[in-house]
Amino acid sequence: MNSANTVGREQTLPMQASSIWALPQLSMRWWPVFLRNLLVWRKLAIPSLVANIAEPLMWLVAFGYGLGALVGQVTISAQGGQGEGAAVVVVPYILFLASGSICMSAMNAATFEALYSAFSRMHMQKTWDGIMNAPVRLDDIVMAEMLWASFKSLFTVTAILAVMLALGISQSWKLLLAWPILWGVGITFSCIALIFNALAKGYDFFTYYFTLFLTPMMFLSGIFFPRDQLPVWVRQITEFLPLTAAIELVRPLFLDQWPTHAAANLGLLIAYACLAFWLALALTRKRFRV
Amino acid sequence: MSANLLSVQNLVKRYAENTVVNDLSFHIAPGECLGVIGPNGAGKTTTLRMCLGLTTPDAGQITYFEGLSMPQQALAIKARLGVVSQMDTLDPDFTAEENLLVYGRYFGMKDRDIRARIAPLLEFGALTSKARAKPGELSGGMKRRLSLARALINHPEMLLLDEPTTGLDPQARHLMWERLQLLMQQGKSILLTTHFMDEAERLCDRLLVLDHGKKIAEGRPRDLIQEHLEPDVVEVYGQGALALAEETSPLHAHAARVEVSGETVFFYTAQAQPLLMALQAWPQLRSLHRPANLEDLFLKLTGRQIRENA
Repeated sequence: MNSANTVGREQTLPMQASSIWALPQLSMRWWPVFLRNLLVWRKLAIPSLVANIAEPLMWLVAFGYGLGALVGQVTISAQGGQGEGAAVVVVPYILFLASGSICMSAMNAATFEALYSAFSRMHMQKTWDGIMNAPVRLDDIVMAEMLWASFKSLFTVTAILAVMLALGISQSWKLLLAWPILWGVGITFSCIALIFNALAKGYDFFTYYFTLFLTPMMFLSGIFFPRDQLPVWVRQITEFLPLTAAIELVRPLFLDQWPTHAAANLGLLIAYACLAFWLALALTRKRFRV
Repeated sequence: MSANLLSVQNLVKRYAENTVVNDLSFHIAPGECLGVIGPNGAGKTTTLRMCLGLTTPDAGQITYFEGLSMPQQALAIKARLGVVSQMDTLDPDFTAEENLLVYGRYFGMKDRDIRARIAPLLEFGALTSKARAKPGELSGGMKRRLSLARALINHPEMLLLDEPTTGLDPQARHLMWERLQLLMQQGKSILLTTHFMDEAERLCDRLLVLDHGKKIAEGRPRDLIQEHLEPDVVEVYGQGALALAEETSPLHAHAARVEVSGETVFFYTAQAQPLLMALQAWPQLRSLHRPANLEDLFLKLTGRQIRENA
C-alpha cells in the first residue's frame, strides 16, 4: 500500500531501503530457527499430538460412521467432476469423507501453527526480534515458520493416515503418493496463514480468516458432500479454491485411482503457495520496518 | 585516529514531517564504553535500531569494524556483535542452558562449541544454580544477566545494550554493573543507552547527550560537568523558598545560576560558603549542599519539563 514511501523517496540516499516486494533472500539460516521450534514442540509433543489427531478422528468417526449409515454410498464422477461422459464411481461415505477430511486436517494443522503459534513467537514473546539480533534475516525466519507449520501439518496427517490404515478405510498403495501431496497442502496453507499473521494486531484478527475464508472453503471444497450438489456458478468458483485442488488430488488416491487434471491442480496449489509466501513476506517485512 | 569499531556519520531518520535523528555522528574506539543519554523520544532507540540494521536511515553512514556497512553487510556485522535489547526476548519455553544453546545456533556455531561455553557464561551471569530454570522462574535481574550471557555466546567484539538495568532493584543493578565492568576490563567495547545518570557516570568513558534527535553534548562525564556547570549546588526548599529565587533576593548575588523546580530552588555556584552563610538568615528553610553531578548537567541541557509525547 504505502510501499512507495520506502522506495526511492530520496534520490540522495546512500543506503536505500530495499522494496518490501523484493524477492526472498534465503539462506540455510532458517534451519536453526526451525530447530528451535522443534525443540519446544518436543517438550509438548504428546499433548499436542492428542489435540491434533483426536479431533479430526472424532469428526471422522461421528460423521463417517454415524452419518455414513444414513447416507450409505456417495456417487462421484471420477473424471474431474465434469463433462457428459464422466465415469461415475460409487464409494462408501466414510471413504469419501476420510479422503476429504485428511486435506482439511492438513489445512487446519498448518493454519493453527502459522497463525496462533507464529504470532505468539513474533508478537507476544518477541522471539523473532531476539533472533534478528543474530545473523539471521527476517526472510529466513518467515521461511522457517512456514516450513515448521508445514512439518507440523505433515506430522498430524501422518498420524491420521496411520489410524485410517489401521481402520482399513483405504489401503491403496497410492496413499504413499498422497503423503507428499498432503505436505504440499500444508505448505500452501502455511503460506496463506502467514499473510494473516503479518497483518494481525492481536489474536482476535484470526477469527476473520477462519469465519470468512476457512469455514466457507471447508463446506465448498467437497469434503462433506460432492461439489456436484452445488449450483453450477458456485461450483465453478470452487474449482479455484486451494482446498478443492488438494481434495481433487488426494481423493482419487484413496480410491486407488489416479487424479485427473493432476497438473492443473498441482499447479494451482503451487501458485497459491508461491504467491502467498511472497505476499506474506512482503507484509511481514513491512510490519518489521519501523 | 585509531581504528574505530563503529563509526556513524551524519545519520538522519525522518518519520513523515518529524525528524527523529538529525545529522548525528559519533564513533566507538576499541575498549571504549560509550553511553547514549537523553530524554524519552530523543532518538536513542531509533539510533540503536539503525545501528542494528532494523531501521533504515534516510541518510548517513554506519560503518563497523573498519569497512563493513550497515545495513548492506548486516549479517557479517551481527556475527561479531552482542545485543541486549530493552525488552527481554528470552525463550520462555527453554531453560537457561537451552536458551544459550539455541541462540548460539543462530550464529552458525556447532553444538559442541556452544555447550563448552554454557557453563562459563552461566557462571559469568551468576546463574549456575539456575541452569535448568526457565525464564519465568527467574527474577528480573537474573533474566537480564541471562540476556547478557546470551549476547556473549558468539564472542562478540562489541556489545550494544539498550537500557540494560531499567526496572532492576539496586542489588541487581550493581551486579549488572560489575559484570559490565568485567567485560570492559577484558577489552570489550560497549554502546549503551540509559536513563540513569549514576550508571552513565560509573560505566561510560564517554557520553553522547541527545535531545530532539540531535547531539547536544559529547565528552567524558567529568569533563562535561566541568564544562557546563558550576562545581557546587545548593538546593533549598521549604516555606518561602521560592521567594529566594527572585532577582531581588540577597542570595541571588552568591549564585552563578538559579533554577526552580517545583518547590525547590537550585543555586549553582563556584563558592558555596558565602551562600550557605547568607542562607542562615532563613532558619525555617531546609537545604542540601552537594557537588554538581551528571543529573544536573542532563537537566540543564535537556530541561526540567516532562515530555508529554514521550
